[in-house]
Amino acid sequence: MSARRWTVTLLAALVALLTTAPLLWMLSVSFMAPGEAAQFPPPLLPADPSLENYRTLFGSFGIGRFLANSILVSTLATVLALMFTIPAGYAFAKLRFTGRDAIFRLLVAALVVPGQIGMLPLFLELKAMGLVNSYAGALVPWLAGIFGIFLVRQYCLSIPDEMLEAARIDGASEGQILRRIVLPILTPIIVTLALFVFLGSWNDFMWPLIILADQQLYTLPVALAAMSREHVQDNELMMAGAVVTTLPVLILFLALQRFYLSGLLTGSVKG
Amino acid sequence: MSAALRVREARAGWAMSSPALAAITLFFVFPAIASLFLSFTDFDIYALANLDNLRFVGFQNYARLVDNPLFWKAMTNTLLFVVVGTPFIVALSLFAAMLVNSRWLMWRPVWRVALFAPYVTTLVATAVVWRYLLHTRYGLVNYLLSLVGVPPIDWLGSPTASLPAILIFVGWKTFGYNMIIFLAALQTVPRELDEAARIDGAGWWTRLRHVTLPALAPTALLVSVLTVAGMFQLFAEPYVMTQGGPAQSTTTVLYFMYEEGFKWWNLGSGAAVAFLLFLCILAVTLVQLRLAKRGGAI
Repeated sequence: MSARRWTVTLLAALVALLTTAPLLWMLSVSFMAPGEAAQFPPPLLPADPSLENYRTLFGSFGIGRFLANSILVSTLATVLALMFTIPAGYAFAKLRFTGRDAIFRLLVAALVVPGQIGMLPLFLELKAMGLVNSYAGALVPWLAGIFGIFLVRQYCLSIPDEMLEAARIDGASEGQILRRIVLPILTPIIVTLALFVFLGSWNDFMWPLIILADQQLYTLPVALAAMSREHVQDNELMMAGAVVTTLPVLILFLALQRFYLSGLLTGSVKG
Repeated sequence: MSAALRVREARAGWAMSSPALAAITLFFVFPAIASLFLSFTDFDIYALANLDNLRFVGFQNYARLVDNPLFWKAMTNTLLFVVVGTPFIVALSLFAAMLVNSRWLMWRPVWRVALFAPYVTTLVATAVVWRYLLHTRYGLVNYLLSLVGVPPIDWLGSPTASLPAILIFVGWKTFGYNMIIFLAALQTVPRELDEAARIDGAGWWTRLRHVTLPALAPTALLVSVLTVAGMFQLFAEPYVMTQGGPAQSTTTVLYFMYEEGFKWWNLGSGAAVAFLLFLCILAVTLVQLRLAKRGGAI
């Protein structure tokens, strides 16, 4: 049996190596000197590792600005999405009001409609509101997160009604019940949802590309895509740019993977 | 419970859900419906400057799209992505899930995270990385192929190799997500069933076909519905890796919509494309559900 264990584990290690190779290669090339990667056979490790590419990126390319933009937009998107979806998810699970179930059924049906369908009218709508080419415009889609409401509602369903009733009889207002009783219980799903929104808005490309015209406002993916069209030959520099763009979310995921993976399974049940 | 408390509860319910519902109505439902109306107008750069130039044109946008060879090219490409890409990605994910689920595997969490990692990376960044990996002369992919005697392939420069090249990238990027869903389902397949079949002398392949796969059918359906939807929405991949080329071989419907709307500012025509895309996704999903029902998967 031991031979079998090693064969399977070795196979898994090989597949894992193939899967992570592009990311490892990206990291390795980012430390190479300009032009070093353009050889045959392609070198796997830098001959003389240096931070030169990163210095160029943060110096003459001003990638620090885009990094700051991305951090700002993703943080605001996360905070706003939580403020909008948590109370709504709780209300749909636990508070009885007329039309609740009908509205919720509509929301679930709307989950199959991809957001891109309304992108052109949304652009015109935001233009009329004066929000084109602003962070506010980039944040708007994250306020309308049906998936987040769904996720919070699923989690809230497991809260016992007696607990809420007892608080009501003790004279707590509905707002107090949400803040003092429900929110502490919801902590794991809040972390999950925050992680989803943060990674989602950090990685988002199409909408910021459309709504942000001013280069000063670009988020990292939009800036990187523009840069990659101008600097096709600067392999090593682009790899450093890719590292700056993707490493923050990769680290965040690795640190909080338990929350991410459990949320993913709750979410996929939606189909 | 007293009537006063019930009224208070209902009021709180509305107060807590209305901000989100207002945002969803304003920024999701309204634009989606407006898309249909916009598609019946000639909204273009002149209307953008002055709404007096806006006219209702009926089905003209749709008629023009039908006559536009680039639209058909984008449609065909997208369907190719769906038809070729979905089975490829579902099979890849299932293989990875069965590997990670294997009872003989040691250090399981390590492999699971390693295989999932590409999914959380930034699409634009990894697309840039893969553009270099697929480089004809200096790319690692062609180097590995050269070790087994395959001559260099012009992955992103030839109209026949570009679509497989993007599919390889998309497969690498997304299989980890489906793998996690498959893994959860595999854990519900009773080990005893598999064990019993093994004692009866069933080989690996027979057990896969008659024990594991039937138990996974509903999950496979869910995964393929999600993958099909993803395949219909490819945009950043061609935008970064090929700019829709070479010879429009990687122009997807969404890429075409983006160019129609935000490069040429034909928003009326772009909205028509968006609406047709929506109908396609809806139709394919309904067909999948119907097939699944007939096959008894759900």
